[in-house]
Amino acid sequence: MRRAAAALIATLSFSAAAKDTVRIAFVGPLTGGNSAIGLGGRNSSDLAVRLRNADAKAKYQYELVVLDDECKPDAGVQMATKAGSDRGIVGGVTHYCSVVAMATVDTYHRFGLPAIVWGAVLPDITYAHDFKEIHRVNGTMINQNETNAVFINQHGFTKVAVIHDTTDYGKGHNKYFTRFFQQGGGQIVATFGVTADQQDFTAELTQIKAQNPQAIYFGGLTPIGVRIRAQMDKLGFKAQFDGTSGIVNDDFIKALGPLAEGTLAFREGAPAEKLPGGKQFLADYDKQGYSNPPEAYGPFAYAAAVLLMDAIEKVGPDRKKIIAELANVKDRDSIVGKITFDDHGQNTVPAITKYVVQDGKWLTWEESEYASGKRKLTNVR
Amino acid sequence: MPAEVIAQYAMNGAMLGMMYALVAVGFTLFFGVLDVIQFSHGDVVAAGAFAGLAAWTLLTSAGVTSPGLLLLAVIGSAALVTAALGALVARFIVLPVKSAPQLNVLLVTLMGGTVLRECIRLFYPGGSQPKLFPALLPATGWSFGTFLLRFDNVILLVSGALLIAATHLLITRTRLGLAIRAVAQDEETARTMGIDFRKVVLVTFALGSVLAAFAGVMDGLYYNEVFFGMGLLLGVIGFAAAVLGGLGNLYGAIVGGFLFAALQTIGAVALPFASAYKDVFAFGVVIILMAIRPTGLIGERASERV
Repeated sequence: MRRAAAALIATLSFSAAAKDTVRIAFVGPLTGGNSAIGLGGRNSSDLAVRLRNADAKAKYQYELVVLDDECKPDAGVQMATKAGSDRGIVGGVTHYCSVVAMATVDTYHRFGLPAIVWGAVLPDITYAHDFKEIHRVNGTMINQNETNAVFINQHGFTKVAVIHDTTDYGKGHNKYFTRFFQQGGGQIVATFGVTADQQDFTAELTQIKAQNPQAIYFGGLTPIGVRIRAQMDKLGFKAQFDGTSGIVNDDFIKALGPLAEGTLAFREGAPAEKLPGGKQFLADYDKQGYSNPPEAYGPFAYAAAVLLMDAIEKVGPDRKKIIAELANVKDRDSIVGKITFDDHGQNTVPAITKYVVQDGKWLTWEESEYASGKRKLTNVR
Repeated sequence: MPAEVIAQYAMNGAMLGMMYALVAVGFTLFFGVLDVIQFSHGDVVAAGAFAGLAAWTLLTSAGVTSPGLLLLAVIGSAALVTAALGALVARFIVLPVKSAPQLNVLLVTLMGGTVLRECIRLFYPGGSQPKLFPALLPATGWSFGTFLLRFDNVILLVSGALLIAATHLLITRTRLGLAIRAVAQDEETARTMGIDFRKVVLVTFALGSVLAAFAGVMDGLYYNEVFFGMGLLLGVIGFAAAVLGGLGNLYGAIVGGFLFAALQTIGAVALPFASAYKDVFAFGVVIILMAIRPTGLIGERASERV
């Protein structure tokens, strides 16, 4: 008997073909306006699967089932249903777009399919319910704003005025920044909700200027961020400009020129080359010869797939057991840093990168001359 | 509220008002001479700003650095392009459908505006993103407490006023103006008196569009940023201002422009609700005023058209 078992183990370990095949799903926007990020995410998950399959120690052979949610809620629900109703699929790396991730939460819950969100940032995706199926490896706008508020407090900005756009996105930013900033003892001197296509902000800024805040927090996207920053200058209003992930792109700097200098912003994730396992990830990614780059959220899609496969290795291809196993993820090393899921399946130690504009480039705070003290933010005391 | 803050509001409002008035004067000129509403006018404003920006980009890459020269080139290029655009709109969009119902003119110009706007977005390099507009005027100013009176704002306000005054003089004191007024009053009679109807229409459209170009350049210099859709709201507001003042009346357009800017400023600062509602407030008041004075604040009967 013992000899038979030994023979069996020997066969298993020497022949990869003898492994059972386990299927996991990747869902993301592969067509449409967000497809660049979707394809980067798919490739990154695919890379994780290929590396695992090349690993002789892995118990299973993995197959990635790729589904396109088009960044549309209805398509997303269809794909979630497809993955959920296929009992051969034991887990999913799911969604970049917040609206889609939000719409599919119920579907995954109904089918009991463990899902790990790899890109969407709306807090409600993990926090609006108690479904054990839903997890997320990237941070939410809550984390981003907490880091932001703590940073602003630490650097001696005690009086801040808020301008945010009145979409759910801008309102969310305002809500969380204000909460964390006030918890840290800061004072919000004024809050303005503005429309997302407003052109003139001089009236709002004049009113804010009269309150004399040290900084302006802006929760919104690039176009009006540019206008607000430019018009602050027109009014001779000197205050630190503090933005969100919504302005971290080259267009912000191009449209403002030298005025962009010293602007702060915070974003979930980090440039891949700065992540703990980023260099290895990029090198492996290059070796596979994918036609698209991993983009900002590729490393998260990779980490989510690794996490899912780790759980399967440990407890086997069983949806219920995988969900139970994922609940135990704590201080797990990954290429995006340590991952710990709270009781809502949200990674609580996500990498938030602090950015500052220096000489026409977004630099991480740590590598900037502002951190080294060579340059100073506006109104720092 | 301290005086310097009020002064700052007044200055902000005046800048907005001048831009609105310049656009409104264009609407009123077109309506005066042809009884049409040229709804692509707002996008002509954007085209003017982008033509100015293009001139600046070309000259700076050719090594020109003098701000004065650059400013002249920006204004010249904006004026030329919009004058041509205005005349083209009149010749190929408005005149062919002039005898059709008013609604058709409104529709074709609206669609023409969309085409123009999309052309800027698609064909101007990087046109779908906000573009940096150069600051060509002195950026310094006088400080009174928190109120900063900037030279560039003063220059823009004064030159805007001069431009409107010049337009007024052109219409009331020159032979060309006489022809425009004649066509405005009675097209048939004007024709029989030997006035080249088509030429007068084209010139009027070019003239109104040059005012739009100045509004566009002023917008760019004031905000240091232009984008392809900037004319959309400017057009609607300019039109509302022209109607509010009394369509076809030059003074009405000016009054309407400044009144609308004042309403927006009040909506943003003096009312208890969020400033996101300032346009709701401003347009709401316009609706009420229109209900009270359907022919505009300065009605047609009170003064001669154009």
